[in-house]
Amino acid sequence: MSDEFKIGGKVLQSRLFVGSGKYSNNRLIPEIIKSSKSEVITVALRRVDFMDEKENMLNFIPKECVLMPNTSGARNAEEAVRIARLARETGCGNWVKIEVISDNKYLMPDNMETIKATEILAKEGFFVFPYMNPDLMDAKRLRDAGACAVMPLGAPIGTNKGLKTKELVKILIDEISLPIIVDAGIGKPSEAAEAMELGAAAVLVNTAIASAENPILMAEAFGLAVKAGRKAFLAGTGAIKEFAEASSPLTGFLN
Amino acid sequence: MRFALNGKEAEANNGISVEEYLLQKGIELDKIVIEYNLEILKRIDWKSTVIKENDKLEVLRFVGGG
Repeated sequence: MSDEFKIGGKVLQSRLFVGSGKYSNNRLIPEIIKSSKSEVITVALRRVDFMDEKENMLNFIPKECVLMPNTSGARNAEEAVRIARLARETGCGNWVKIEVISDNKYLMPDNMETIKATEILAKEGFFVFPYMNPDLMDAKRLRDAGACAVMPLGAPIGTNKGLKTKELVKILIDEISLPIIVDAGIGKPSEAAEAMELGAAAVLVNTAIASAENPILMAEAFGLAVKAGRKAFLAGTGAIKEFAEASSPLTGFLN
Repeated sequence: MRFALNGKEAEANNGISVEEYLLQKGIELDKIVIEYNLEILKRIDWKSTVIKENDKLEVLRFVGGG
């Protein structure tokens, strides 16, 4: 059964987006892409270190992958816009993950500044993927500002705590016509499957894969879990009942 | 001649272009992006833009991130 994911001018087969942060070695990146079957990878923009020039990480990302630069480091809308414009200038496409954070302890996104940046960048032709705190009214504002998806957090970045915001994410899935991509906090493949069963369009995973003992195997596990969760969503889960209902016939017993 | 490079003080010969300077420093020019006095410097202008005293140059590229 064909279940293509059309988003940001692309047609994707995989609904798992991966992050490229926290890997001990960039050489793992192509292996992660291969085993997870992911087609979208996030990257960050940083100053070149003139004292310690390392090999460009783009050399490790397969050409057919869609790059999603993030605006990490931005503390307000203005900085996010500046980073997004610079990222586009590299010639790596016009997708951008808006990330505006000024809280250092929980790395909670600033929805208000994110909405402002989304509005500006969508008008400039970017495909804007805003990382947000799952609030329905703010998700509507992001939609109206021209976002092409909304990316609510499951739990704080890098915590591996899972889909703690499940009920709020469910509301966004029900009420917002855009793809809902769960970003941040997903720690295990079962939690990625849970998000997909709920009706999320995709999930973005970084730390859970990068911090696994065997990241390549974990990437594969996430790829399969996202697929399973998506199929379960499409299949439509059965109703939950209060009391038992026998699965075997209640007649014709041997006695 | 002194200028600011990625937030730190740097020195370059008079009359050197942005592109020449980066090549001298051994920077891979592919897939980097440059901000020159807070404006994006288009790739086609790297050769013709000469670094001047007190200029602010930001040279950026992608790294791993989530």
